[in-house]
Amino acid sequence: MNQERSTIQLEKLKSGDRESFAMLVDETSGKIYNTLLQLLGNEQDAEDILQDTYIKAYRAIPDFENRSALYTWLHRIALNEALMQIRIQKPQIISIDNNEPFSEDMDIEQKDIVDFCCLPERELLSKESRHFLDQAVQSLPESLRIVFVMRDMEGLSTQETADSLGISENNVKIRLMRARLILRKKLSGYFNKFFVEEKEL
Amino acid sequence: MINHTYTSSCKQMLGNLSDFIDGDLQAELCSEIEEHLKNCKNCRIVVDTLKKTVELYERCASDETNLPDDIRERLFKKLALNEWMDHQDPS
Ligand SMILES: [Zn+2]
Repeated sequence: MNQERSTIQLEKLKSGDRESFAMLVDETSGKIYNTLLQLLGNEQDAEDILQDTYIKAYRAIPDFENRSALYTWLHRIALNEALMQIRIQKPQIISIDNNEPFSEDMDIEQKDIVDFCCLPERELLSKESRHFLDQAVQSLPESLRIVFVMRDMEGLSTQETADSLGISENNVKIRLMRARLILRKKLSGYFNKFFVEEKEL
Repeated sequence: MINHTYTSSCKQMLGNLSDFIDGDLQAELCSEIEEHLKNCKNCRIVVDTLKKTVELYERCASDETNLPDDIRERLFKKLALNEWMDHQDPS
């Protein structure tokens, strides 16, 4: 949410004012839902955790101390809820200490060398491209996806990610690297079509 | 197409790329990679597109998005906020 544009009055919100809370939900829920969807990988779980997040937030709001921004605070609640869900549903994702840095999908062939950096922004971030970017994250093996979302999309540090998942920092780094290389390769394949089209013109 | 000149030093470099683009790599290894990049166009492209990949995802993550209508409706009901359901900020 845009802090400057927000019209929510913190004092009213903390006193339990329902309308202020409804405003908070509208200002923040789109982004929170997206985060949950990326982390959990399915719409039903994301929606359930979204609801849990705001139920928790409403109860905890009188204690909110304004030390961090509201969005950051909510975001943290959502992350914790999502991680708890992952721990319960898929403990194996967290416990696998995958220290194998290379797998076949990380080999780089000539066809994976496409200099898509030079494409214009409107192509790189078009609606269609964004859709592809989302799909690509969703197609990552779950243990890599969670680390990638936490580190590169949510901006958590290596240590924070390691602590939340109960894995080593080194393991976070390895998973992040694998995820990034796989995504880079997928994007090369996707953006390559723009170069092929150019040649055909 | 350029001939494939993917050497073992290219492959060795890959293992450290993620730390390299984050600026987390020891100076010595960093300069080794930089030296390699001077002479290897393929690896330069890999490094640049890897950075771009991370950047594109960072940009996507900071997008402001609205909640799909049906999910919003269920959320408001769950939170007993039905009264304010129609007050959605048009932005
Ligand atoms: Zn090379």
